[in-house]
Amino acid sequence: MRPQLLLGAVLTLAALLAAGLSLVWTPYDIGALDIAAKLQGPSAAHWLGTDHFGRDIGSMLMAGARTSIAVALVAVGIGITIGVPLGLIAAARSGGWLDEVIMRGNDLIFAFPSLVIAILITAVFGPSALNAILAIGIFNIPVFARVARGGALGLWTLDYIRAARVAGKGTARISAEHILPNIANLLIVQGTIQFSLGILAEAGLSYVGLGAQPPTASWGRMLAEAQTMVTLAPHVALFPGLAIVFTVLGLNLLGDGLRDALDPRSRGRGA
Amino acid sequence: MLRFLARRLLALVLSLIVASLVVFAVIEVIPGDPAAFMLGLNASPETVEALRETLGLTGSLPARYLSWLGGMLTGDLGISYTYKVPVADLVADRMAVSLPLALLALALSTAIALPVGLHAAARRGRASDSAVMGLTQLGIAVPNFWFAMLLVLIFAVNLRWLPAGGFPGWDAGIVPAFKALALPSIALALPQAAILARVLRSALIETLEQDYIRTARAKGLTRSRALTHHALRNALVPVLTILGMQFSFLLAGAIIIENVFYLPGLGRLIFQAITQRDLIVVESVVMILVFAVILVTFATDIAYALVDPRLRRRG
Repeated sequence: MRPQLLLGAVLTLAALLAAGLSLVWTPYDIGALDIAAKLQGPSAAHWLGTDHFGRDIGSMLMAGARTSIAVALVAVGIGITIGVPLGLIAAARSGGWLDEVIMRGNDLIFAFPSLVIAILITAVFGPSALNAILAIGIFNIPVFARVARGGALGLWTLDYIRAARVAGKGTARISAEHILPNIANLLIVQGTIQFSLGILAEAGLSYVGLGAQPPTASWGRMLAEAQTMVTLAPHVALFPGLAIVFTVLGLNLLGDGLRDALDPRSRGRGA
Repeated sequence: MLRFLARRLLALVLSLIVASLVVFAVIEVIPGDPAAFMLGLNASPETVEALRETLGLTGSLPARYLSWLGGMLTGDLGISYTYKVPVADLVADRMAVSLPLALLALALSTAIALPVGLHAAARRGRASDSAVMGLTQLGIAVPNFWFAMLLVLIFAVNLRWLPAGGFPGWDAGIVPAFKALALPSIALALPQAAILARVLRSALIETLEQDYIRTARAKGLTRSRALTHHALRNALVPVLTILGMQFSFLLAGAIIIENVFYLPGLGRLIFQAITQRDLIVVESVVMILVFAVILVTFATDIAYALVDPRLRRRG
């Protein structure tokens, strides 16, 4: 296994484990305030220090991982469940009006800056984790539609697909039984990348107050709260940022590593 | 070329119309009456009715859409409910901060990415390539608003070289204004530079494998000359795509970064408008941002066709 892929897998797994563990156990209760112990630096009792309410930063990061991962994962799910069928339909009807409509619709969604849409959604429905999921998820749809269509287009010209057609299988069945399994690796790689983008987007949204609302822990909001006291206690801003960087870095390395492993042609190209 | 232009222009107009419909519809689906929504719970029915009148909410839906669209086209964006001034003036004021910020960040990210991408492509597979690629991975993973906080901590709080936030206005002179925009544009540019450098590197590597580069090398061109004189030009198409997309990222990123640095730009305006429930401002600013992005995408399409005549046929 290449070191890059290994590092990516380890970082991703660490984030997933922290999030999973926080469901049953965190070192401290993140709802419990301890003003006497506020803004302490890292120590044996609080490995990553405490925030302005004396809450344990390590525990909050674990619970925050849960929010970030849940939001990004559901957003990827939305993108796959809606985007992939659309892409498969577009590829099956390549050149037809349906293809044209789907792809133009994709272009249109791309034209909206995602944050602007998130703002619009929040302005109307109010800030919440659910609306953050919606805002991020909508932008995953055209991405997966494009990847699915691109992958499927090449497959439709292959002999075994023609054979399936001659055997009397319909377009939908061929798409589901023959095309989908063959573009699965593309979708997994793209899924990893969208997952990491989703985590960044969630952090940005909750940083400006449009994401998960208190008392739900969130990395972005931890950073927003840290901003006013960053000069007093830099660690309050340092650790949530590092948590985001390591998680996103891990997912990106994992995505790149998987692409290289699944598609030897792209090896060493990067980007 | 003319046919190509006509097709793109038609697509441009169509996407603008659909985009305006979407923005209009989202504001319309607000549960209840926008006027009541803006005034809050304690408003008397008379004030709500009066606001409905000022907002032009009394007509039918299509009539309202057309009058809003007509206003947009003639530069009449309505009157801000909270600021009591024309939205167009507000937007123009804020644009004087946001646009220079986005352009500065774009220039900065290109200035960083170009030499980095060229260097990495020329040294493909060597240690310095791996080091640069590792750094760009890190650059992509860093949230720009967090990076901004670190920049403030280092350059504003500890070293005191640059202001931590705020904007003195262009009247205060070029130097103080640029000083105020320096940290925000660096924070915006760095993650984008990392992405751009990676795209440039892989595009260059792809072109370097082409036959005409081998021919150029066989003719006796040095590797670096072949890179800068032949490969770079051909690698420009994917780079242009990314630059076009980056403008949209930068605009959106600027919304967050402006909040970190308390810059009075469009981003601050839109957040203030949301908290004050000033829907007219939200609607107009969102539409202007979307308009800008669609326009830049259009310009990128045209730019491709100028750089690469083969793409004109695709439409």
